[in-house]
Amino acid sequence: MKHRYLPLTESDKNAMLESIGVSTIDELFSDIPEKVRFAGEYKIKPAKPETALMKELAQMAAKNADLKMNSSFIGAGVYDHYIPVIVDHVLSRSEFYTAYTPYQPEISQGELQAIFEFQTMICELTGMEVANSSMYDGGTALAEAAMLSAGHTRRKKILISSAVHPEYKDVVRSYAKGQYIDVVEVPHKDGVTDLEALKEQTNDEVAAVIVQYPNFFGRIESMKEIEEIAHENKSLFVVSSNPLALGALTPPGKFGADIVAGDAQPFGIPTAFGGPHCGYFAVSGKLMRKVPGRLVGQTKDDQGRRGFVLTLQAREQHIRRDKATSNICSNQALNALAASVAMTALGKKGVREMAVANIQKAHYAKKAFKENGFDIAFEGPSFNEFVVKLNKPVKEVNQKLLEKGIIGGYDLGRDDSALVNHMLVAVTELRTKEEIDTFVKEMGDINA
Amino acid sequence: MHKEDQPLIFELSTPGRVGYSLPEMDVSETDLSELLPEGFLREEEPELPEASELDIMRHYTALSKRNHGVDSGFYPLGSCTMKYNPKMNENVARFNGFAHLHPLQDESSVQGALELMYDLQEHLIEITGMDEVTLQPAAGAHGEWTGLMMIRAFHEANGDHNRTKVIVPDSAHGTNPASATVAGFETITVKSDENGLVDLKDLKKVVGEDTAALMLTNPNTLGLFEENILEMAEIVHGAGGKLYYDGANLNAVMSKARPGDMGFDVVHLNLHKTFTGPHGGGGPGSGPVGVKADLIPFLPKPIVTKQDGVYKFDYDRPQSIGRVKPFYGNFGINVRAYTYIRTMGPDGLKAVTEYAVLNANYMMRRLAEYYDLPFNRHCKHEFVLSGKRQKKLGVRTLDIAKRLLDFGYHPPTIYFPLNVEEAIMIEPTETESKETLDAFIDVMIQIAKEAEENPEVVQEAPHSTVVGRLDETTAARKPILRYQKAE
Repeated sequence: MKHRYLPLTESDKNAMLESIGVSTIDELFSDIPEKVRFAGEYKIKPAKPETALMKELAQMAAKNADLKMNSSFIGAGVYDHYIPVIVDHVLSRSEFYTAYTPYQPEISQGELQAIFEFQTMICELTGMEVANSSMYDGGTALAEAAMLSAGHTRRKKILISSAVHPEYKDVVRSYAKGQYIDVVEVPHKDGVTDLEALKEQTNDEVAAVIVQYPNFFGRIESMKEIEEIAHENKSLFVVSSNPLALGALTPPGKFGADIVAGDAQPFGIPTAFGGPHCGYFAVSGKLMRKVPGRLVGQTKDDQGRRGFVLTLQAREQHIRRDKATSNICSNQALNALAASVAMTALGKKGVREMAVANIQKAHYAKKAFKENGFDIAFEGPSFNEFVVKLNKPVKEVNQKLLEKGIIGGYDLGRDDSALVNHMLVAVTELRTKEEIDTFVKEMGDINA
Repeated sequence: MHKEDQPLIFELSTPGRVGYSLPEMDVSETDLSELLPEGFLREEEPELPEASELDIMRHYTALSKRNHGVDSGFYPLGSCTMKYNPKMNENVARFNGFAHLHPLQDESSVQGALELMYDLQEHLIEITGMDEVTLQPAAGAHGEWTGLMMIRAFHEANGDHNRTKVIVPDSAHGTNPASATVAGFETITVKSDENGLVDLKDLKKVVGEDTAALMLTNPNTLGLFEENILEMAEIVHGAGGKLYYDGANLNAVMSKARPGDMGFDVVHLNLHKTFTGPHGGGGPGSGPVGVKADLIPFLPKPIVTKQDGVYKFDYDRPQSIGRVKPFYGNFGINVRAYTYIRTMGPDGLKAVTEYAVLNANYMMRRLAEYYDLPFNRHCKHEFVLSGKRQKKLGVRTLDIAKRLLDFGYHPPTIYFPLNVEEAIMIEPTETESKETLDAFIDVMIQIAKEAEENPEVVQEAPHSTVVGRLDETTAARKPILRYQKAE
C-alpha cells in the first residue's frame, strides 16, 4: 500500500523478496502456527488523510475546557505556570526527541550533557548532593523513595503524612504491597503533620518518615522537628517537594532530608491532563549508589576531552536483572529537558521571583476570600494553595464556575469525608489581580 | 558535528542576564517575613544559570547537534523500534485542548480527552485481542510491574498464596526479572533450545504449583516467533499460572497474530515503540496493559467508561490493585499513539508489520555472509547476528558498533540478548527505504572486511565523533554527577 510513512515500492519489495529467496511476504510469517494466525484486518476505524484527521482531533480537543481559554484555580500537584516560549522550540529539535536513551555516548553528548545539567539544577534547588536523570512522575518517584528506604534500612514500615498528595499515597501503597512493606499514615492536625502523633507512631522499625513540603494543603511543615523525630530512630527523612517552591523556601537538604523526590512539572511542562510530567529523585551522598534510574556522569575521552556517560549502571535492571531494586528503564528524559530549559530561562533570579509571585498572589487571594466572608480552613503559612470552606458541594460550585470560564479548585471531599465542601485553591503567578477578584466574587455569588 | 567542547550552561552564565518574562506583579505585596515562618525563607540562592534567550537557544542548539536521533539518520537499535516519529502527532499533542488540560478538572469539561482515551482503549483491545485495557502505566517496565501485580492479586483472590515464582526465558529483557522482583516474586529462568526458542522440556521442569506466571516476548528477543506458543500456554495454564506478554516486539505481529489469541492473559504495549510516541532521549513512554476477562477486576483504577454517550472515570473497583501512577497515565504520549493508529487504519497497521519484517529479513540475508547468524530461519521485525567471527580477528562487537558511528549511523543493540555471544541486534523498522538499508549493509560489509584487513581502524573507532571513547571506569569509580563551580 502507499502511505507517506512507508517508503517501500512494489519494485523494492520484489527485489527484496528475491534476495531473501521467498516469493511472498506471507512466507516470512509461515512460522506462525495456523491456529494463532489472525485472519483479515483489525476491526478498527479506517485510516484518515492528514487534514481530515487533524480536523477531527482538533474538534475533539475543542470539546475540552482548557486552561488557556479559561481561568484556572486548580492545582493539587499539577499547576498552570509560565512556560517560556523557548522551551518548546528546544524540545522541537528532533535530534533530542527522536533519540533514545544515550547508550552510545559518542553520538549522544547533547542529551547526556543536558541531563548532567538537569541533575545539577535539581541538586541546587533541593539542596541535595546527587540527583538522577528523572523518574516517571512525583508519585512513582516517592514510591521508589519508600522502597529505597526499606532496602537501605532493612525495615518494612513507612510512615507517611496524611498531608501528602492522596494520589501519591495511593501509588506508594501500591508499590509497597509489591515489596511487602507496611504503610502507616500519620494524621494531620490543622493541615500540617501532627508531630505528637508522629512521635507516638515512630519506632525503630520505621524505614522512612515521608512528608510533603509544601504539603497537599499548601502548608509548610515543621521540617526541623520532623527531621529530628525521623533521625532519632535512624529512619530516613523523605520529602516530596514542589521544586518551584524551593526557589523561595529553605531547601529540604538544609533540613537534613535523606531523599527528596517530586515532580518538576512546574518548570516548563504543560499540565497535559496529568502526564507526561517529570519525576525527580535527589539524595544525600551516602545513598548515591542506591538511586533508582539513570545517572549521567562526567568523564574524559582518550584525548582528554570532557564528555558525559551513563554511569553506575551496576544499579540498574539491565545489569542486575532480578537483583535490581528498581525496574525503571524508560524515564521522562524529554520532560527533564523541558524542565532544564525552563530553569535555565528563569535562572537564579527568575526562579525566586516566580516562587515569590506564587506566595504573594495566593496570599492576596486568601485575604480576598476572608474579606468576602469565606472561612479559610487550615489557616497558616502556605505556598500557592489554601483551603476555602464552602456551603455547597465543591462539584456543584465548580460546574457553575465553568459557565463563567473559571476552573475552580480541587474537591477535598473526594479523599476525606471530613473535608466535604472544602475547596483546595491554587493561585499561580499566571493569575492576574482581575482574574482573582472575579473568581472571589463569583464564588461569593454561587456560595451565597 | 562540532569538534570543540560545548561549555556547560553554568559556564555560560553571567550575573545580571535574564531569559524570562514573568507576568506582572499586579497585587499588593506583603513582606515575606510575615508570610513565612522563621527559618523558611531561602537564604542561599540556587546556582542556576543567568543567560539571555539567544544564548540559551544557541546552547541547546549546539547540544542538539551533538546528538543523533531518528531524524538525523538510520537508528537500527534492536528491541527499541526506532521508527519515524510522525510530525502530525506532535502538532496534535500540542493542541490547547489536550496539552493544557488539568487532570482534576470536572469530568464534564474534559469529555474530548476521555473520548480519546476510551477510543484508544477500544483500539488497543482489538489490536491485542484482550478484553480490557488500562492506559495508566508510564512505560513498558511500569506496565510489566502493573501486570504482575494484577496476576498476584488474582492468585491471592483465589486463596492461592504460594504462587511466588515468575518464569522468564534467558533471552528476556532485563526489565522482566526486575519487574518480577519489584512485584514481590522470585524469578526462575527457563532455557532456550538450539533453535533459539523456549525449551519446552525445561519449561515443563520449572512450572509447578508455585508458578505465578511466565513472561514472554513473542517474537522473542532473537526476533524469532515462539512457534510452540500454544503448547507453552497449555503447560503454564495447566499448572495454574498466567501468561504474560511483553509487548516490546508487537511491531512484528500486528494483524498477523494477537497476544490474546496466543493464550496470553496479560499484555503490555510500548506505545513509544510500535505506536510512534517519540523516545524523547529516554522517555517519556507509555505502557498500557491489556487483560483477559478474569483479570479485569484487578486493573488499576480509574478506567474510562462510557454510559449513555457520556465518558466517565470508573473508580468503583473494589478488587483493583490501586493506582500505579498519579492521574491517568502519560496522556500526551497516548494522544500521539492514537493519532498514529487513526492515521494508519487496519490496512496501514498490517502493512507496517509486513514491511518491518520484510526489511529485517532482507538485511539478515544480505549480512549472513559476512557475520555469523546463530539461528538460520525467517526472523520477524529484528534479527541477531554474532560478532564471534570478527572477535577471533581481535575486533569485538563493541568496536563494530563504534566504527558504525564514523558512517553516521546509530549502532544496533549490542551484547543483548545474553544468550548470543558478541550479539548484534538489528531492527530496521518499516519506515526505512531500501536505499537506506542497502547503504547500511554496505557499511557493515566494509567493516567486516576492515576487521580482516585493517583491524586497527575498527578497534580505534570512532574517528569522527565530537568525543572519542570515554573513560567509563573512572566515571563509575570517581563519580562526578553534577557541576560544581570552581572555588
